[in-house]
Order: sequence, then C-alpha cells, then structure tokens
Amino acid sequence: MDRLDIPDAQWTRVSPRYVWPELIGYVVTGLIVAAATVPLWFIGQWWTYAITAVVVLVTIVVAALTPRRVRAIGYQLREDDLLLRKGILYLRVVAVPYGRMQLIDINRGPVVRALGLSDLKFVTAAAASAVTIPGVPADEAERLRDRLVELAESRRAGL
Amino acid sequence: MSDPRTGTDGGGGRPAPPDVAALTDGEWHRLHPATPLLKGGIALAAVLVILFNNAREYVVELFVPGGRRGDEGDPFGYVVDQGWLGLLLLAVVVVIALFVGGFWLSWRMHTFRVGEDVVEVRSGIVFRTNRRARLDRIQGINIQRPLLARVFGAAKLEVNQAGQDANVNLAYLRSASADDLRREILRRAGGAQQPHAPAPSAAGAPVDAPAAGTGDATDAAVVAGTAGPGQPDAHGPHRQGFGGLVEQRANEFLAPELDPDEAPPQSVVALSPGRLIGSTVLSGYTLFLLAAVVAIVISVVTTGEWFLLFVLLPAVLGSGGFYVNRITKSLRYTIAGTRDGVRIGYGLFSTSNETLPPGRIHSVKVSQPLLWRPFGWWDVKINRASRSSTKGAAGQENTTILPVGDEDDVRRVLELVLPELVGVAAVGVAAEEARAGSTASAVVPEAVAPATVVPEVVASATGPETDASVAGEAAPPALGGEVLGDATSVAGEAAPPAVRDAVEATTEHTLSLVEGGLRSSGTDGGFTVSPRRAAVLRWFSWRRNGFRTAPGALLLRKGAIWRQLVIVPLPRVQSVGLVQGPLRRRLRLATVHLHTVQGPIVAEIGALDQDDALGFFTTAGREAVAAAHADRTHRWSEETP
Repeated sequence: MDRLDIPDAQWTRVSPRYVWPELIGYVVTGLIVAAATVPLWFIGQWWTYAITAVVVLVTIVVAALTPRRVRAIGYQLREDDLLLRKGILYLRVVAVPYGRMQLIDINRGPVVRALGLSDLKFVTAAAASAVTIPGVPADEAERLRDRLVELAESRRAGL
Repeated sequence: MSDPRTGTDGGGGRPAPPDVAALTDGEWHRLHPATPLLKGGIALAAVLVILFNNAREYVVELFVPGGRRGDEGDPFGYVVDQGWLGLLLLAVVVVIALFVGGFWLSWRMHTFRVGEDVVEVRSGIVFRTNRRARLDRIQGINIQRPLLARVFGAAKLEVNQAGQDANVNLAYLRSASADDLRREILRRAGGAQQPHAPAPSAAGAPVDAPAAGTGDATDAAVVAGTAGPGQPDAHGPHRQGFGGLVEQRANEFLAPELDPDEAPPQSVVALSPGRLIGSTVLSGYTLFLLAAVVAIVISVVTTGEWFLLFVLLPAVLGSGGFYVNRITKSLRYTIAGTRDGVRIGYGLFSTSNETLPPGRIHSVKVSQPLLWRPFGWWDVKINRASRSSTKGAAGQENTTILPVGDEDDVRRVLELVLPELVGVAAVGVAAEEARAGSTASAVVPEAVAPATVVPEVVASATGPETDASVAGEAAPPALGGEVLGDATSVAGEAAPPAVRDAVEATTEHTLSLVEGGLRSSGTDGGFTVSPRRAAVLRWFSWRRNGFRTAPGALLLRKGAIWRQLVIVPLPRVQSVGLVQGPLRRRLRLATVHLHTVQGPIVAEIGALDQDDALGFFTTAGREAVAAAHADRTHRWSEETP
C-alpha cells in the first residue's frame, strides 16, 4: 500500500532536539490526568485502578512515538509557496503561497528556549491555514523568517 | 436630457455633485443633525414608556374616578401622595436633557473625512477614537435606512474592512448624500483617476428612470432628484415648505431600492412574495415546529395532561414573529450589477443595500435544502472577509446573496458575481502567461489580430469538454502583453472589446460548468468523483462527491440529499491542505481543503482517491499562486501604468 506523499519533495526536517519539549509536554499532561484519577481509588473498585493504568499506558505509547512524529514534521520552501507536512497517523500537508502570508510569529516557550529552538507560526487571512513549524534552531528561525518576509514582500497579493 | 436632476450624468464626465464634493473634500465633516435624536430615540422612548407604565393607573383615575387601587407598592402613586410630582417631572426633564445633551455632544465630537486614500473617523467624548480605513482595502459599503431614520431622510453608511469589527460607521448621513458618498468612495477605492466615463448601462438610465419610479412620470423625476445629486435635497425643504418636505419623504419611501442613476434599475432577480413565503415555510425550522405540534397533540391525547402544551405553546406562537420578520426583511430583494461591484438591497420598512466591489467575494456556495428540491429552489451564499453585525436578507447573516431562487435566478446572480471573480482571473493569468511567452519569443504575430482570435477563444471556451488549460492556451495569442492590465479592469467600459469578450467567454464557460454541476452526478461535466470504495464514507453521495477545475475557479460538488456546489475563485485561495487519517489511509482516500477566509462555506472535499486528491492539491496550489499574482481587483478600475 503506497503512502500518500508529495512527489519529489525535499523535506527539511526540524531539529531532533524538538523531541524533548514534545515529550515533556505529553508526560506532564499524562501525569496530571493520571493524578486526577487517583482520588477514584478510594471507591475501592478494580476499574478505578484500570483507568489510571490506561492513562499511563496511553501516555507511554504517545511518548514512545514522539521521535517518529517529530521526524515526520518537514517543510520545504518551493518556488512560490511554503510546503509543510505533519503527522504519521493523521497526515496533513499544507501549501501556503508566500504572497498570502499576513504575518510570521516566532514563539519560544521555556523548554524550547532552553534547547535553543524557536517555533515559527504563519498566519494568513484564512484561520484554517494557520501553520506552525516547530523546533527550528533559533538562528535558523530568524533567517527563515527574514527570507519568508522577503519572499512574501516580493509576491505580495491582496486578500 | 440636460436636467441634472434626472440623473443623466450619473457619475458621468462631471465633477462630483456639490454636496458630495463638500463631503469628500478632505476636510472634517459632521453627521446628520438628527443623529442624536435617532441614536437617543430608543433611550428616550424607554424612559417615557417606564414613566407611562407607572403613571398609567393615575392617568386612568383622572378620567375614571375611583379606578385606582390604593396599592402600597405603586411608586408613582406614592410620589403623587407625597406631593413630589413637580420634583419627579423635573428629574425626568433633567434625565432627558442629559441624554439629549450627551448625544448632542457625541454628535459634535463625531467627525469624519474622506481623503484620496483613506476614510477617517474621530469619535468619542471621553475616550477618543480615531479610525482610518484604507480605501483599497474596502470589502463592501452598506447603506442602511432603519424605519425611524427614513422618516428623517437619514441613512447609515457602513464601510466594511476585512476583519472582526473593523467597520467604519457613519451613522447617520443625509439619505441622498449617503448614496453619492458611497459612489465617490468606491470611485476612489477603485483607483480610477478620473470620474467614470459614462458606462453603456448608465446611458440607459435616463430612459429607465421614469419606469423605475412609482409609475408616474413626475413622481419619477422627483425620485430621481432626491436620489441624485444632493443639491436639491439640501435646499429642498426651505424652498418647498413643509408640504414639499412631506411629499419628498413620501417619495423617498417609495423610491426604488437601487437609485436609478447608479445602477441599471432592474434587479436581475425578482423574488416573488409567494416563493419567499414558500421557502421560509419549507425551512428546517418548520420541521422543528411540526415536531413540536405533534409532540403536543400526542402528549395531550395519550396522557390527558396539558403539561406539554403550556411548555411548548408559547414557543410555537412566538414563531409567527420569526416568519413575519424573515419575510418582511427579504421583501423588495434586489440584486444588480454596477460599475463598482454587485449591489444587493432588501427590506420593506427598514431597508439595507450593500455594494460589494469586485474581488471581495472569497467563495460562493449554491445549495439546495431537501425540502426545496421539489420546487427546484436554491440559495446562494458567499464568504467574505469582513464581519458585520448587520443582518442580511431574511434576517440571515449578510453572507446570503440570494435567499431563494430557481436555476435561472442562480444563473443571473452568478453572472453578476463571476465575471469579476473568475473571468478576470482566468484572463489575467492567460495574459500574464502571454506576457511571459511574448518576452521569450519576442514576436507574437497573432496579437495584432485579436478579432480573428477571439472567436477561437470563445469556441474553445464554450466547448463542453475543454478545461482551463485549453482556454489558457487559446487565450494568450489574443491577449498580447499590452492589454494585460486592461484585462483586470473588469467593469467593462475601459477594457478593449477583445479582453471583454475573453472575460465573458471564460465566465460563460465557468458558468456552464457550474450549471452542469448543480444536479449532475458521476463524471458528467468533467468532475472527478470519489471511487466506489468511498461509498463506505459517502453512502449516497459518492457518485456526486467530486471536484473539477474551471477557468479561474475550483468547483466542488457535494451532497446527494443536501446538494451543494462550492465555487472557490482561484485568486482568493489562501492556502491548500491535504489531509489523510488512518481510516482513509486504509481506503486510499484523502481530503483536500481549500482555505479561504472564514464564513459559512467550508471548501473541502473528502473521500477522494488519494492520487486524485494529490493531483488536485498540486494543481490548486499552482493555479492559486498564478491567479493571485495576476489579481488586480483591489484597485478594480485602475488603468494600467
């Protein structure tokens, strides 16, 4: 069964270090949810333990898949548009023409910053096409942003 | 016809009418003097109603002795008993004076000016606001005339910009000058350097004007006068006295929704009251209502209890208001094309009429609710970048441009909307390619003989099986690089005939595809549909669920029960997405999203074969870039540099 993929796309991968912020995010969320199920134990039924076990299990599976998921994030600057792909199970590919970009954000959360990374976010007039390239090395992110702004400027279009 | 009041020179080779020239001279201006009253009228009425409510029994007693019960809790009676009536009246007067004073002050502080590139408004007493709106970013201009305002001959002008709550409100203006102001703003926004040359359609206006009036020729002249240049209106009341004023107001009330000197006065669609009522009655709300009635009857019959009746009956009775409201809002619905875009008007008592400049429509959906199917009715909705609190026809969002109509009506509405949306885009792209081609090959001999080539374009474009690429290949010779810019000035009069013909031809082609797609299924009309294995996900509609490219647009055909056809103009596509989840991966299916600005239309087509989806994704992305590049609609009537 052949996979759906864009032919002859040269994907630029995000930094492998981006696994860590993802991992920390999932583990923390998992722990909080698991902790929230602990009071149920006082009911004393077997299924209350099962709930906690399921939460822990799901967290472990999701966390274990994180490196693959991060490897699946890729972007490519084509001639006229930016191509971005994400997801293994839910594959999502978006092509954003440079002329359509209204603004570009660089976001840096605490963990991301500690690793010297940045998240790039693009906004167009359509809410649905808001796309993010996470985990780009900070200096690379600045360069990428400047390049994209330049491209957007040279291909400026209306709404 | 040299009489300026008949509107012969509607936007013709003359400077803006004096009244408008005064409003658009770049200086600060105030709004209509009745504004404080119109805005504060509701508050005043509320105070008076409260007062009257409390005083009612007292007033009754004045005429019917002994009618008043000595209620302890009656505040008005208490006040009267204490001898504080004078104080109370004083307080009321002070409150009213404060209201009026406040509104008067706010009117004094509310000024606007219209420059060459911006509309600017200053308002606020304590917290000052200064809002500037760039004219080339205008998404639409709406003129509303609420019932009360119409009595005063005032109108509310709303300049819509992209984004949430990004509108410039000029409430209220003198009714006639609002029309002129809009025309002038649109002229400047369009980028025309000179006032428009008389359009072919405008030339017909003087002939049509009497017909468009109330039937009486003299009446029509007055109507045209009030709707035309503001000068007669500005001095009219003083000259004509009170009788004249009343007559003028009455004429304004009866005036056609679209003033005849600005638009071809005939609406392209006539919405008959019968159809309007029928379509409203056959809405989903009626089903709910019927269900409620049935529930009441069953519960009463089976249980003998009247409980449910008392719970649901008020809602059922209240729904009458809903129907009446919807119907009166949509009465006198009109839609017509003007130089500066499509004009949509509606409303029986409170009227509203909006101009959408070319290229401001981000996608179009033609859909058919199940209950309308036996009658062959459709409605047309659009996505637009501005969001306004103003309600549209039938009290729906102002994204509905045709509340109900048959296929001919849909065709006529799309004929107004599409040329500027897809025709120009397709021709613009073709011209762009031609320019690229001609610079490469240096000599394009065919370009000098457009007359011989254009029929070719028409022939190829109207052929049922040709697609965008064919039209694109045939068009370039006809549209040499030198006419490129003209291709984008749609409105017609400036564009050379060759370009106009090409725009018409491509529009006609797209339109025929749209028409073919309304009811067809399978690969009819050149649609690429879902494969058979998609029947798991699209039980009834897998044969209909499909897409195709058309000149300047992408068409998505969906739904076997609730039919719809989405038209996404290529220059308005913001980005393209391709999505595949685990289930669809097993079925080798995928979904394509065409992202446009937010609105009632979500342009996505699911359950496509993944190779088809990939192909569509690639094509859509490429063509959207080309179309956006060639798009010039933000200055729709600008001449090429």
